[in-house]
Amino acid sequence: MEGLTIKNYKETGVLCLKDLKIPSEKQLRKGVAIIECIQEIPCDPCVAICPVNSIFMKDINDIPKIEYDKCTGCKRCVSICPGLAIFVIKIQDDKAQVTIPYEFLPIPKVGDNVNALDREGNVIGNAKVIKVNSKSKTTVITIEVEKEQAMEVRNIKLD
Amino acid sequence: MSGQEGDSIASALHINGVKTLSHSLRFYRPRGFFCGIGKCSSCFMTVNDIPNVRTCITPLKNDIRVKEQDRVGIITDKKFINRKRKKIDTDITIVGSGPAGLMAAITAAKQNVPKILLIDENHLIGGQLIKQTHKFFGSKEEKAGIRGVDIAVDFEKQVKGYKNIEFMLETTVVGCYNGEKVHKLIAVKRLKDGDQLFEINSKKVIFACGAMENMLAFPGNDLPGVYGAGGVQTLMNVYGVKPGDKVVMVGAGNVGLIVSYQLLQAGVNVDRVIEIMSKIGGYHVHAAKLRRCGVPIFTSCSVKEVYGKDKVEGVILVRVDNSFKPVSGTEEDVTCDTLCIAVGLTPSIRLLEQIGAKIEFIPEAGGHIAVHDSTMKTNVNGIYVAGDSSGIEEASTAMIEGELAGISAAASIGYDKNAKKIMKKCMKALNQFRSGPFGEKPRICKEKIACCWNGGINY
Repeated sequence: MEGLTIKNYKETGVLCLKDLKIPSEKQLRKGVAIIECIQEIPCDPCVAICPVNSIFMKDINDIPKIEYDKCTGCKRCVSICPGLAIFVIKIQDDKAQVTIPYEFLPIPKVGDNVNALDREGNVIGNAKVIKVNSKSKTTVITIEVEKEQAMEVRNIKLD
Repeated sequence: MSGQEGDSIASALHINGVKTLSHSLRFYRPRGFFCGIGKCSSCFMTVNDIPNVRTCITPLKNDIRVKEQDRVGIITDKKFINRKRKKIDTDITIVGSGPAGLMAAITAAKQNVPKILLIDENHLIGGQLIKQTHKFFGSKEEKAGIRGVDIAVDFEKQVKGYKNIEFMLETTVVGCYNGEKVHKLIAVKRLKDGDQLFEINSKKVIFACGAMENMLAFPGNDLPGVYGAGGVQTLMNVYGVKPGDKVVMVGAGNVGLIVSYQLLQAGVNVDRVIEIMSKIGGYHVHAAKLRRCGVPIFTSCSVKEVYGKDKVEGVILVRVDNSFKPVSGTEEDVTCDTLCIAVGLTPSIRLLEQIGAKIEFIPEAGGHIAVHDSTMKTNVNGIYVAGDSSGIEEASTAMIEGELAGISAAASIGYDKNAKKIMKKCMKALNQFRSGPFGEKPRICKEKIACCWNGGINY
């Protein structure tokens, strides 16, 4: 996530990803975690839970840095992150699988069609629920959206 | 009227649609509850002829008569039925069973201190942990990634497992007196058939009394529907009662952001979050959670007034300039039934003040606090402080401070196995927590406290 410049997130709460160093096509096809945690807050469960040590922090206040080549896209960090700030993106053909943390009821079912929302809560398209893991109270949901929306879709809304 | 078992009187009234709990004495203005945790006087009512009962922390019981009190309550002799005061002797007394108090009790128990007494005025153990449905930040040692409410359950289990910890719930410490060797606490325990007075003689006392919600001054701020963020959290997360249908949140610090998100989870419409500062004060990740659910956050915005006949019907918001002055012509009328105030907390220090601890005003601490050293000891021999009472901070740091206070108190009466090692570990963890940009305020706060401790520099 080096090179990420944030415009006004301190005023708006919304990240601007214009300058985001997006993982390479190859890395995205493999599936990688995108960590949208850009402030030095004292927190490190993502580092502790990563089974392949792909997330680094100098100390607990450091911003987590991820090595995309090591990351296997296993999604464990998605459900542990207290800030619900980690997403996993995997590109397959012309579709993108976006994995999001979800803490609302009702929990959608596999196969459901839901609205795909961007970082400001705007509906920007449809998404198909393809995986639901409700082992923890933070449900981890994988949806399928258009490939172009991979870096925009960050939430879902049920009809 | 009826309620559910486990309700407080105030929560049962709320779900029955009774939001006005009292009227002001002079102008007969309707008043509702505010803090929801027994720290303010907003919810005083007459219960079974006993006035000034804090209905927000009084559990609902069968066949009780709850009346609005329209004048200053006069205590009848029913309040204290003819009971002799009971005496308790103990080694360490801990006032407050929040994260700091619980950790202090557990730590002292592990040191094999024979008699530990844990007192709380609520009927549940855990302080504010019980309504924190979000996952905590921090490191594994401080239970990061675990929800506050689950931490409370875990702590409760631990505390109940120690035979050397006794706890008294629904008990309010109303006085404390500094003795040379033993400190005396006077406490009132609320029993089914009246109150019981206790005299507690304790070698060491740890005050972990938490904090109370700040209020804002604006016309209409006493209308039922203007609630503290903690009160809103209590209603929905402890009692399962929706505080309202449409909420405007005041304050974009972590509390405001987290409570807004929890309101969304409870199915309440959060119209917006407003913040008087030009920047969001809380973590970006909390703000992002709200934004992607479609909740806007307006910075440089404040409350001009709240209007409504007997309850909140709407709020006039206004933009403010760089010096926080309202910009005329920018007023916006927003209809809502709840205005939630999340503008910070003030440490609860009344007992510490009473026992003679040195008090200083430290803005970064959130107000007046008891001066203490790095092991949480105050200037009064045998009196310790931990958690928000020693400066507003996070639950994670409250737990570490509680551990520190617990170990210092235990060590001071001879149970000092590994004490130095544990203290060192705690201090290291605290320093680490406070070393980042979000730890700046508590870091400055604790530096100022250290200055006061060493030389008494007045700020």
